[in-house]
Amino acid sequence: MSDKQKRASAYWKENVRYLFILLTIWFLVSYGAGILFKDALDTIKVGGFKLGFWFAQQGSIYVFVILIFVYVRLMNKLDKKYGYDE
Amino acid sequence: MSVQVWTYLLVGITFALYIGIAIWSRAGSTKDFYVAGGGVSPLANGMATAADWMSAASFISMAGIIAFAGYDGSVYLMGWTGGYVLLALLLAPYLRKFGKFTVPDFIGDRYYSKTARIVAVICALIVSFTYVAGQMRGVGVVFSRFLEVDINTGVIIGMVIVLFYAVLGGMKGITYTQVAQYCVLIFAFMVPAIFISIQMTGNPIPQLGMGSKLADGSGIYLLDKLDGLSTELGFNAYTNGSKSMADVFAITLALMVGTAGLPHVIVRFFTVKRVKDARKSAGLALLLIAILYTTAPAVSVFAEPT
Repeated sequence: MSDKQKRASAYWKENVRYLFILLTIWFLVSYGAGILFKDALDTIKVGGFKLGFWFAQQGSIYVFVILIFVYVRLMNKLDKKYGYDE
Repeated sequence: MSVQVWTYLLVGITFALYIGIAIWSRAGSTKDFYVAGGGVSPLANGMATAADWMSAASFISMAGIIAFAGYDGSVYLMGWTGGYVLLALLLAPYLRKFGKFTVPDFIGDRYYSKTARIVAVICALIVSFTYVAGQMRGVGVVFSRFLEVDINTGVIIGMVIVLFYAVLGGMKGITYTQVAQYCVLIFAFMVPAIFISIQMTGNPIPQLGMGSKLADGSGIYLLDKLDGLSTELGFNAYTNGSKSMADVFAITLALMVGTAGLPHVIVRFFTVKRVKDARKSAGLALLLIAILYTTAPAVSVFAEPT
């Protein structure tokens, strides 16, 4: 493998690792907290909200927004590290 | 002035604004027409994407269906915004990097096949056609209310306006009219939501008001009152819904995957200069979408007990 190819595959590997972590969180807050574990979380109350219901209608959306901004930051850093930034 | 005159005036000003923007941002080249010359700023693209995305369904009907369905309505909230995350992480940046204008272009080049390309075109047409049919119906309903005309006449008025500024301005015209549309839309949605929230709970932030105590001095949480009301009437509690867990899971999944593939949203990411900007505008768009999407369930809760 040439140096260029090595660099490209290392870049891709890190890229995929980030995606895996971010999408795991994505799954946990929506399908996890909002659906699968909703009933368990509903026993906890924060203010007037049952926690599972809150995740389904509010919390998951907040986390989604944060996830995309974290992704933007991570990828910009990664692009710079491997010299791919335009 | 009567309400009718005000309505004609406001609708007229909006049309004039959109058409004015279209004339000001006339497309001069193919690249202008399809992707606005590739020179839209991330914030403008984020606002345009958000307006594009939320259009008729989210603005007119989502709060209503959540008020009706309670927890079951969460599938739309999680499904549509969660699908957007898939789009922003798995699709948009790579398509942008590839440098073609449309998804069928990408499929055709990636699989070295004309047939694959044609299949992709047919898919895109079916998806767009069903989507546009629903949206145009929404436009018709809105115009029929405002201008007191038949729904079909409303659809035709809407189509003529859209045709005019889309043909004239191409993607560039559409992008800037969408920016204007986002401002109108979020203002129209948030102002009443904030005032209802103050009236019901004394909290000016609807997202927090939803989980607050009622302002009538009874000391009962709004959501508890709602659960009590629905069980009293023989329905399932508002915060539990009536669908099984498997149903909610499957519907959310279907909505997410479908959302990630919307052709008119994907094409938006070709309108910015760099891959970096495509990522950033995806984040801004979801932030702007989230303002409405976290307010809608609050509006549903405020609407229910009254």
